[in-house]
Amino acid sequence: MRFLRAIGRAFLRFLAATGRLVLFTLTSLSYCFRPPIYFRQILRQMVEIGYYSLPVVGLTTLFTGMVLTLQSADGFGEFGDENAVASILVLSVTRELAPVLAGLMVAGRIGASMAAEIGTMRVTEQIDALTTLATNPFRYLVVPRLIGGMTMLPLLVVIGNIIGVFGGFLIAIYELGFNGHQFIARAWDALEWIGVISGLVKAAVFGFLIALMGCYHGYHSKGGAQGVGMATTNSVVSASILILSFNYLITGLFFAT
Amino acid sequence: MTQTPKIRLRDVHKRFGSLRVLRGIDLEIEAGESLVVIGGSGTGKSVLLKSVLGLLEPDQGTIEIDGEDTTRLRGAQRTDLLSRFGMLFQGGALFDSLTVWQNIAFQGLQRRTLKRSDAHDLAVRKLADVGLQSDVANMMPVQLSGGMQKRVALARAIATDPEIIFFDEPTTGLDPIMGDVINDLIVKCTKELGATALSITHDMASARKIADKIAMLYEGELIWQGAATAIDDSNNPYVDQFIHGRAEGPIKMPIEAD
Repeated sequence: MRFLRAIGRAFLRFLAATGRLVLFTLTSLSYCFRPPIYFRQILRQMVEIGYYSLPVVGLTTLFTGMVLTLQSADGFGEFGDENAVASILVLSVTRELAPVLAGLMVAGRIGASMAAEIGTMRVTEQIDALTTLATNPFRYLVVPRLIGGMTMLPLLVVIGNIIGVFGGFLIAIYELGFNGHQFIARAWDALEWIGVISGLVKAAVFGFLIALMGCYHGYHSKGGAQGVGMATTNSVVSASILILSFNYLITGLFFAT
Repeated sequence: MTQTPKIRLRDVHKRFGSLRVLRGIDLEIEAGESLVVIGGSGTGKSVLLKSVLGLLEPDQGTIEIDGEDTTRLRGAQRTDLLSRFGMLFQGGALFDSLTVWQNIAFQGLQRRTLKRSDAHDLAVRKLADVGLQSDVANMMPVQLSGGMQKRVALARAIATDPEIIFFDEPTTGLDPIMGDVINDLIVKCTKELGATALSITHDMASARKIADKIAMLYEGELIWQGAATAIDDSNNPYVDQFIHGRAEGPIKMPIEAD
């Protein structure tokens, strides 16, 4: 009996949390389209998310492209020529690796800092202070981060695509001794619109999810330093899991026929 | 009574889960009057304050400002109402990503009622009102001491010349002298603005100094209200125990956490 009660309580808590998250999401979205819009805050978030994440995303995709080329050249054995390696590289990077890895890295970098910043504002009553200063905290804090995430992640992924393929190209030429001209020609052939676009759509969704999780967990954090720490952890973990599961869903939408 | 009270609470109830925090609060504050709600920790003082501000919505009862029911205002109407309020938070709640002058002029800047150059001038003027030099304006809140942060927070609370100012434990965390300075500033600023003030505190020295009227909150109900000067003759054992800070009496404090 006690066992059943525990299950029931956990289930009810789950439902309450889901409801709160849905409500939070809808409220935030509704404020995205209604003035006043705080452009200065949006710009600040764009710089924070886009510009300052460049090194992390660049390094991640660079090494991923390099490793992928090494591995596929080795793994394909005698079939591991310019053609196969170049196609694999371009397809994997644009469709999956750049969006997912950039998403995960940005979740660690940006999601965590959003949750910590908003969480600290919550426990030091700065969010209440915003309200009493006649400024809606959703408009001032959440909307700029959501817009920043949604717009900047695709741009990061475009750059990540280029750097990732370039990393693979370097290894193919200098390490594997492939013919550079043929490699580039093959890579260009392998590049398809649907792959790039699906990657960018994924990036926009991931950017939204990262910002949403950072804001949501920060906004609902309580209980001082420990609460803020927990919010930070939760935002990164939940954003990562959501990224991986939405990656599957979006891939299914684009490529499953 | 002929005049409409500035703030009127009628039978306000608020509960969190099974915990009944406010159990029927009736309270009236006249325009220009300073009312201080005293009470121990966890008696519902903060919830009362946040309900009047609109940060929390009561489960039952009404809150009127100037005779208008504001209990369930939302959106633009709530924002307009809030712009007539000022609030001094317990910890100051200054925005640590902004400079002192941007904090003080925050509302004017965000609502675009102030130009940036005017905003800086306004901030310097308000800093002078709370006894701070103009060079503080360009500092960040973390560079200031606790007492200075409280002063800046007070400057922010009075920046829009509000009709009603709320003070949440204004002297908590300050040394007695700085506490008295803040009390003096509160009295001065509210009188100059002619504002109505609602404060909550458990600091009796502060309450005596800033209050015209005092109300005592105990277990979610107001058990005594009266003029600040009458508090020593209340003949209420709860009030007597509280103002003299005795451990023995009708108010039972659990020694161990329950």
